[in-house]
Amino acid sequence: MLAFILRRLLQSVLVMLAVALVSFGLFRYIGDPINNMVGQEATMAERDALRDSLGLNDPVPVQFLRFVANAARGEFGVSYRMARPVADVIAERLPATLELALISGVGALVIGIALGVYTALRRDGWLSNAIMGLSLVGVSLPTFLIGILLIYVFAVELKVLPAFGRGEVVDLGWWTTGLLTTSGLKSLIMPAITLGLYQLTLIMRLVRAEMLEVLRTDYIKFARARGLSNRAVHFGHALKNTLLPVITITGLQIGSIIAFAIITETVFQWPGVGLLFITAVQFVDIPVMAAYLVLIALIFVVINLIVDLLYFVVDPRLRVQRSGRGH
Amino acid sequence: MPSTSHLPPTVAARPASRWARLVDSDLFYSFIHSPVTILSALVTLVILAAALLAPVIAPQNPFDPATLNLMDGFTRPMQANEFTGNVYWLGTDAQGRDLFSAILYGSRVSILVGFAAVAFAAVLGITLGLIAGYRGGWVDSLIMRIADVQLSFPAILVALLIFGVFKGVVPPALQDRMAVYVLVVAIGLSDWVQYARTVRSSTLAEKNKEYVQAARVIGVPAPMILLRHILPNVMGPVLVIATIGLALAIILESTLSFLGVGVPPTQPSLGTLIRVGQDFLFSGEWWIVFFPGLTLLLLALAVNLLGDWLRDALNPRLRR
Repeated sequence: MLAFILRRLLQSVLVMLAVALVSFGLFRYIGDPINNMVGQEATMAERDALRDSLGLNDPVPVQFLRFVANAARGEFGVSYRMARPVADVIAERLPATLELALISGVGALVIGIALGVYTALRRDGWLSNAIMGLSLVGVSLPTFLIGILLIYVFAVELKVLPAFGRGEVVDLGWWTTGLLTTSGLKSLIMPAITLGLYQLTLIMRLVRAEMLEVLRTDYIKFARARGLSNRAVHFGHALKNTLLPVITITGLQIGSIIAFAIITETVFQWPGVGLLFITAVQFVDIPVMAAYLVLIALIFVVINLIVDLLYFVVDPRLRVQRSGRGH
Repeated sequence: MPSTSHLPPTVAARPASRWARLVDSDLFYSFIHSPVTILSALVTLVILAAALLAPVIAPQNPFDPATLNLMDGFTRPMQANEFTGNVYWLGTDAQGRDLFSAILYGSRVSILVGFAAVAFAAVLGITLGLIAGYRGGWVDSLIMRIADVQLSFPAILVALLIFGVFKGVVPPALQDRMAVYVLVVAIGLSDWVQYARTVRSSTLAEKNKEYVQAARVIGVPAPMILLRHILPNVMGPVLVIATIGLALAIILESTLSFLGVGVPPTQPSLGTLIRVGQDFLFSGEWWIVFFPGLTLLLLALAVNLLGDWLRDALNPRLRR
């Protein structure tokens, strides 16, 4: 198991280095960093001096190592558009995105598993069929259309929820939260639904399919034959064994949630890192793009690592087999 | 004489037998027995035909300013305009542009980009998958490691990144004209991994079969073996991925255009129409965003359902 963990750690480091290389390439070769920092009046001599002091004349590998060292300390330079350190801007925006992602992720997981179990147990009920039909629409509906639809119904027609922004936030020092005020919570409802709906349908369909598969197996029949209650069979035996693929997918989906937040944040003008990134793309604000890329990669790599380790906790077979074989 | 009387039927039977073979096939059977699939095929065909024939069907050319009348702006669907008395099926937008025509032209752009992106992704992915599977060794490892890394990032992020690079590299004057091509490349590059992985694993299975061995023994060059012998045998799953990929590409295109990094407003796709229409939602002009959205939803849903059907129909394990 230790060998497996070490191998996965090494892989993660390699992925991060690859992403850092892409990010460094953006930084170094897209546009001229000097042009973006000095004014129009700067003379050639001043430009050269700046170029020298920033180390842009050093060999490229040296520059890359310096970039990695800076990135590891969270330093990505200064945003071209906002003229503020990128790290500060991202730290300011990150809580909004993480709160949104967390709420919609947890919501999608809980409701998705519940609906999946229900539709699997009541296979031919009319409610199950209705839910399955709706879920197909949910998969095909682009995220931004869900958001627009919600805004039209609840903000424009019914006027019960705010159409954009994060509402009032409470400052907790290094973290701002919208979870403690009524307006913050109300602002969260529609973005969370928009972001979570796709994941919800995905988890639901997965749980349903796995449950149907498991319910056909012999050990479930045996459990029934032993006279166990339906409740014990469904939740103690069946659901438990569907969880492995659910963990995999959920883990991978957390990353997608953060990426899809770009769309949701644009629709609702939610002040998170996704909105920051999309503005950076529009204005070619390279330092912000590079930093966002590294940040997302880090989140993905950490989640993948955690998911892999969770396998050992959930599936006892792996603890026996995998120890010697590696990946 | 008797020999000639035999001849015509066999000659005539040729086209008929091909038709008969199609009608007889499992695929056709499962198609005919699935009303949902027939409906989605119809919807897809209608939207495709409408988009293709847009210049013929559309009552006006929505992007020629000369045909637009500002007085017609914000006409409600199926109601006469209060100043001009003109009636538009689906209403008009702020500039008096007929929404029905705009949607026809918009789906044209969406579908074009979708097909081109799928073709790009498929060609790239199939080529790399064939090479990786057939050559093996370090080539295989390199291609598949790149695929693994890319697969851990969502397509939208990859596409956005490529767009960001494009905006940084290309001078602004050329950006609008090149946007469609960049969109195709961005969506294509974000989706090739699926094809490569599938084709690689099928190639691994096929390359040790006797027909490939035989071809190799008689000295057929490797590119020829890949294209003429292996490729036809790995196309089944590719077709399924491509169909579902088309729905994904259309959604991704409209999402990018909605985010404002896709096609320029002078040549709007469904996503651009929705982005523009969203601004009018707050003043109650719901139809400007509703009808392009509905078209997009119908198109994506229909193509998705077709893909689902194809996957099940081509999968022998699921046959009952």
